[in-house]
Amino acid sequence: MGFSAADWAAISLSLQLAAVTTLILLMLGTPLAWWLARTRSRLKGPVASIVALPLVLPPTVLGFYLLVAMGPNGPIGGLTQSLGLGSLPFTFWGLVVGSVCYSMPFVVQPLQNSFASIGERPLEMAATLRAGPWDRFLHVVLPLARPGFLSASVLGFAHTLGEFGVVLMIGGNIPGQTRVLSVQIYDHVEALDYGQAHWLAGAMVLFSFLVLLFLYSIPARRGDAGLRFSA
Amino acid sequence: MTAAATLNSAIIADFSVRLPGSKHEAGSFDLRVDERLPGAGVTVVFGASGCGKTTLLRALAGLQPIESGYLRVKGETWHDEKESLPAHRRPVGYVFQEASLFEHLTAAGNLEFARKRAAATVNEQEVQDVIALLGLGDLLQQRPQQLSGGERQRLSIARSLLIKPELLLMDEPLAALDQTRKQEILPYLDRIRAELKIPMIYVTHALDEVTRLADHLMILSQGRVRACGPIREVLARIDVPGILGEEAGAIVEGRVTERDSEWHLIRVDFEGGQLWLRDSGEAMGQQLRVRTLARDISLSLEADQASSILNRLPAEVAAIAEDADPAMALVQLLVGAPGETRLVARISRRSVAQLALSPGKPVWAQIKSVAVLY
Repeated sequence: MGFSAADWAAISLSLQLAAVTTLILLMLGTPLAWWLARTRSRLKGPVASIVALPLVLPPTVLGFYLLVAMGPNGPIGGLTQSLGLGSLPFTFWGLVVGSVCYSMPFVVQPLQNSFASIGERPLEMAATLRAGPWDRFLHVVLPLARPGFLSASVLGFAHTLGEFGVVLMIGGNIPGQTRVLSVQIYDHVEALDYGQAHWLAGAMVLFSFLVLLFLYSIPARRGDAGLRFSA
Repeated sequence: MTAAATLNSAIIADFSVRLPGSKHEAGSFDLRVDERLPGAGVTVVFGASGCGKTTLLRALAGLQPIESGYLRVKGETWHDEKESLPAHRRPVGYVFQEASLFEHLTAAGNLEFARKRAAATVNEQEVQDVIALLGLGDLLQQRPQQLSGGERQRLSIARSLLIKPELLLMDEPLAALDQTRKQEILPYLDRIRAELKIPMIYVTHALDEVTRLADHLMILSQGRVRACGPIREVLARIDVPGILGEEAGAIVEGRVTERDSEWHLIRVDFEGGQLWLRDSGEAMGQQLRVRTLARDISLSLEADQASSILNRLPAEVAAIAEDADPAMALVQLLVGAPGETRLVARISRRSVAQLALSPGKPVWAQIKSVAVLY
């Protein structure tokens, strides 16, 4: 046996979704994590809680609200339609929006921990060495937070790859468009095709194990706080 | 130098800084400074921990916002009501207490970080000079984690020099080091003082550590400047009781004029008198700075020849002040006929009464020990 063509399509779709989501999350998550790590604003608590919500909410709840928001009468749906982008639910980009929300804490928290552990001193030191704010960020924060970025990327990617509930709520089960790995496994099981299901499920277990093994074997360095919140 | 030129080379600080009360301390802390510091030489800022000396340095560097006032350094305005130069635009070298280095860079990488961002081009020769000045030649490929405390601090000092600072700020650079390491760093500080003409502001809570380096001394206590001026003048003052405590004691500068090889002593002549010191191989004619701690000077009304005390100087009482300790008093003495040199003695108040000491009274100052600073 092995993977069928439909399996391969699902694998490829999942990988694309995870890659795009991780990329977007790094772009959104970096400034957000930086703000969370350094702000003394009263908004810090509420914002951090919102970011962490997907950790505790059932994916179906998150998916349900996203479906409503992206629908023709929802705020996101209204926006995309007025921009001529059409409707997001049951499309790949709808899944991307969902995944970004769903995997947000897995990217923001390692980054935030990593930024926080750098502390004030290296930045002050760089300032007295005449490095301006961007210079400091690029040449001091980024290199020192590298383990954090690594954890954030790997966790964000792996978590998106395993997404099921949110996808089912807002993406349905359209082959090649929204039928991702986890949905494909569900379909195999529904069809009592346990053999096929084993192949995919086993591959996911192996992949997830290898990812975590990789993360935990990064030598513990100052600034690497990636797994603190979940381990 | 004309008065205007002096103004333009000075550091004029007239500002206040307020720190909000932290979780650990009740209330807020404020620092108030209104001083003109010389734009050359070493100014030591001395005070107990929590007196605001680090806050002062941070405000000078732009790391701590100034609440009100202004700061002008060598004719350039760094802070006034209208604008404040951010830290990265101020040409200051800052050496932190615990040798903060970029752990992701090698020693050479740390130096390069500074060189690239220097105020003016730093050529290869200048880099080599700084590396040689601080003895870093063998350490360049090391990572900060591999360096000893003393080496880290030397690297951090070298790095601060490579931005070509117009002002060097040192926040207790020796405090985190043990005695051996301190002795390892001090000669390098001497060399910076002697070879580079960068004004240095050096913060410390251990006065003896740097009396040999200092030209100027500022004494801070609870966010206020208690005394500020040339170190000889400040250390000869007796109106700042308690702050110096056991460290009170004047500085005398003189020249080696005689060597007594039989008794292994040298004679140092200073304005108004002479002192015999143990011979540690100083050259004839060498300039020496020595320190006489107030607690090591006793007073008598007669020249008591039958005493083991080597140095007895005729002096005149200039002033008497109370010490923080209620049993003790500080006596300022003028030594020599024109009274060019001032010493401070710390004696019991009962002795002041028994000897009927008052300003103008001639006494003999018996100096039990003298510390050679350089």
